[in-house]
Parts: sequence; structure tokens; C-alpha cells
Amino acid sequence: MSAADATGSAAAAIRRTPKSRGVIADGSTRRSRTVRYILLLLFLLFVLTPVYVVVITSFKTSQDTTAAAQWSLPQTWTIEPWQKAWTVLQPYMIRSLTLAVPAAIIASLIGSANGFVLARWRFPGANLVFAFILFGMFIPYQAVMLPLRTTFTALDVTRGVPTLILAHCIYGIPICTLIFRNYYATVIPTEIIESARVDGAGLIQTYLRIILPVSISGFVVTLIWQFTSVWNDFLFALFLTQQNNGPVTLGLAALSGGQKVDYAASMAGALITSFPTLLVYILLGRWFIGGLMAGALKG
Amino acid sequence: MHGRIRTWGPGALVLLPTVLLLGYFVYGLIAWTFNTSLTARHTARKGPVDYVGFENYANLFGEERFVNSLKNLGVLTVAFIVGTLIFGLLWALLLEKGVPGESIFRSVFLFPMAVSMIASGVVWSWLLNPSQGEDARGLNRLFSILHLNFLENPWWTAGSRWTTMMSIALPAVWQLSGYIMALFLAGFRGIPAELREAARVDGASEFKLYRYVLFPQLSPIALSALIILGHMSLKLFDLIYAITGPNQFRTEVPAVYMWNTLLRSDQAKAAGIAIVLLAVVAVLVIPYVAYTVRQEADE
Repeated sequence: MSAADATGSAAAAIRRTPKSRGVIADGSTRRSRTVRYILLLLFLLFVLTPVYVVVITSFKTSQDTTAAAQWSLPQTWTIEPWQKAWTVLQPYMIRSLTLAVPAAIIASLIGSANGFVLARWRFPGANLVFAFILFGMFIPYQAVMLPLRTTFTALDVTRGVPTLILAHCIYGIPICTLIFRNYYATVIPTEIIESARVDGAGLIQTYLRIILPVSISGFVVTLIWQFTSVWNDFLFALFLTQQNNGPVTLGLAALSGGQKVDYAASMAGALITSFPTLLVYILLGRWFIGGLMAGALKG
Repeated sequence: MHGRIRTWGPGALVLLPTVLLLGYFVYGLIAWTFNTSLTARHTARKGPVDYVGFENYANLFGEERFVNSLKNLGVLTVAFIVGTLIFGLLWALLLEKGVPGESIFRSVFLFPMAVSMIASGVVWSWLLNPSQGEDARGLNRLFSILHLNFLENPWWTAGSRWTTMMSIALPAVWQLSGYIMALFLAGFRGIPAELREAARVDGASEFKLYRYVLFPQLSPIALSALIILGHMSLKLFDLIYAITGPNQFRTEVPAVYMWNTLLRSDQAKAAGIAIVLLAVVAVLVIPYVAYTVRQEADE
């Protein structure tokens, strides 16, 4: 299985516990299960340690963040750090939202059309075109960043959100194309397309009548994937925008950088900026995993 | 011939805009960056400029700072890949037979993936505070609370290249091990139950079952994981920027050095660094893309 195969099916596979569990209940298996459980709990603590410290620190007063008290619960709980972080980050949050939503939708639509053609309406050289698109996923953006700025300036694209939407749409096309191509290749039988063609349906008709209605889970996957990566992007933000028109990652870097860092506010800020993607992850985690699987080719 | 073009023509037409866009924004801009790297454009000034051939590259590879950044990158990549694969595989192994509360473990292990590297970097820069002893903060303070004082260390701020870059790899491992776990877990669950049964009937021990039956089935996933982690590590930027700040010789990698060079407006040199970075990524990725596309063409 190439990692790229799996969208929804991998998400389903991951949840499938093997039916046969072999021998149960003899002493050694029970002991090994206890050991496994203890190990899992230790790893759980390891992963959650940063979370604990972020949450408690974000509710502390500035006198309370001394070295000795770092791992203790707040002496007095305060929401001041949250208020401070929110005041700074609010405009960035709004910009990130107006940026990530359209960028995710546009790239997904283009990806869907491309994926359909590459999976089910192939033409001579389609594989070459696929490789040509796929490579775009892996490039370090540093290699295009300098002339990209020049190009956007020459095209007179409005600075800030519009520039970033354009950039994320263009460089998001490869991953969305890949996800949809694999999705259609597993979900839609070739015969359906062929019989539609025999009936004289053209590409647009086939796409609208047969493909689009079954594309919903594909769209959920790409939308989540794109939204998360656009929301979390820092590199494009740093190269293409400034503090006065940049997204939330830039705002957080500003909030927690500089000489005199307000730790409590930084931690509250880290939580605030992570909130939308975490929410998406909690509500739609099933598809999130699907996107990760499909995006296995990407970083 | 006319009829065949009528069948595949529309498909090619759908892909045309994507091919043109990526042709310019990926391949065209890479060519542009490469072109800049051959010039003497060492300031932000516009206008005609001299071509100096590969002089910028020769200078880069003769420069201590650039060679240092490459060495840092090498060490970081090894530490990150090994760490993430170990944790990812271990977690998948612990979970794959199914334990009570599996979905909770899975979600917790995977959640750091939804957080931006800037947000996690803000938190980890705090956790990796170098102060020790009385004044210990962050993880060092936690170690002293747990009476594990021997673990206290200066993290990335002192010591060898290995300990420095391993401190940077730690947050990246924390963030991505869950992703690798999900990949391997999907792999384990995709192996037909009959294979396990057959091995058990043949009297294979648990160790032999994994070593000779299950692991070989996972090798394509391991390859994907290696490529994904490898190219992520080569491009790692946000995390280093957030943890150490961009201007740290000790933790500088080419992606960060390129940004620092650009801040001083040395476009030719920045372009040269970007192209070297691209070349390193391409060496890793091009064989993989070719292999993937060819394999899928065979199916």
C-alpha cells in the first residue's frame, strides 16, 4: 500500500480492532497487557505535560510565574493573561479566518476537478502531469519565496490576506489534487464512468451528475487539511506579510517574542491561536486522520 | 484521431490551468531563484547585474557558517527521524492489538499534530529553559521536583552539536510521533487476520510473528514515513525560529540561514542557500515520486 492510497479507508482501517485476539487470559498475556497499559499511560503523561504547564501558566498572575512555582497550580486564578492575549491577537485571528476559509475552499474545488480527471478521465501523458503536480508538494518554499514576492508586487496583488490566499491556493493545489485523485480512484468504479460516456455524457455532465454528489467526504478531508495547514503556516506569513496585515502565527510570534516576555499571556496566546484547529480536530478527528493518511506524501 | 481527442481533450483542458500555474509558480520561480543565485545581486538594489557563475555556491561551501548549518541539519534530521520512528512505532505496537480506551490514547498522541509549530515552539522555548539548580525553570525544574536532578541540562544553549540539535528535535518528535503512529496503526490494521492466524497455527512465537510476518508488510509505510519525516526535517523552520529565535549560530539550519541572509538583503546568497536546500530535498523526494507514480501506473 502506498501511503497515498488511503483516505477514508485508512481512517476506517485504523479504527478496526482485529477480531481475533489469540489466546486471552493466561497469566503471561495478562501481565503483558498490564505492562502495555502502564507504558501507554506514561507516554500519555509525556505528551500531556506541555499541555498541563500551558494551561496552568495561562491563568497565573505575573508574581506567580516565578521559577519555584512553575509547575504548581496558580495561587490566585486570573483571566488577565487571556484578556491581554486576546486584545493583541483578535485582529490576527480575524485575518486568519478570512484567509484560511476561502483558501481551503478554492484549493479543494480545483483539486477535485484535477483529481477526477487524473483518476477517471485520463489522457495520454496523465502520469507525467501527475508527477509534475506532485513534486510541487515537496519543494521548500524558500526556493520560490524571493521571486514570489516580486511577482505579487508586479501583479499588484493587495498586500496581506489576498496575497496569502493566492499563495496558499496555488501551493495547496498539489496536495488537494493528490487526495481527490486517490479518493476517486478508490470510491468510483471505472464502469460507471464508462457507461456514462457510452450514453454520451461529457466530462462536465459526468462530473456534476456522478462525481460531485459522492465527493463530500473527499471535500471534508481536503478542507480540513487545507484549513489546518493554512492556519498553522508561518513561512508564507513571515515572507509575504507584516504585523499590520499578517495572520495569527505572526501575531503569536510577536506576542511571545521581544525582550520582556509575558509568559502567562504567551501561553494563553498559544492556546487561543490553537483553538480553531483543535476544535476542528476534536469535532472532525475521524476525517482529520483521513487527511493525514492521504497527505502522507506531504509534510 | 479526431474522435480520440474529443474524448480526452476536455480532461487535458481541465488540468491546463493547474499545469500553467504550477509551471510558473513552482518550476518558473525555481528557475528564477537559480538565476538569481548565479548573479552578484548582493543588495536589494534593482537593475542590471553581473553574472558570476557558481561563485556564490563556492563561497557558501567555503564558509564556516553555512557548513555549520548543513552539519546542524544533518544531525537534526537523524535525531528527529530516529526519535519519531521509535515513538511512532512503539505507540502503534502498544495499541495495535486493541486496549480499553484506545481512542483516547490515539487522540492524545495525535493532537500535537493539529497545533502550529509556532504555538508549540512558544511552549517548548519555555520548557527548554537552560537555567539549572536553584533557578531551574521549565523541564529542568520538573526534573528537580521529581528528584531527577541528574537530568537537568542546558538544552540547546551549550554542549555538543548532538545535544544541541537533539534538544531541537525533542519538540518535533513530540509533535509528529502521533502521525507516524497513525500511519503504522493503519498499516497493522490493514494486514489480513488470516496472516496472523496462519503464523500462529505454524507455532510462530510472538516475536517471530512480528519479525517475519507483520514488519515486512509494513515496509512500504516505513518508506513513506521516512520520506515524509526526512523532507519535513530538511524544511524545519518555524520551530527553530520560535524556540531559539532566528539568529542563533548554534541551532542554525539552511532554512533559517536563508532567512537571516535575506534580512541583510543579500539576494544572490539567499537564493544560493535556497537552491542548495531544494537540491537536498529533491535528492530525497524525486526517486520517491517517480517510484510512486510508476507503481500506480502499473496497477
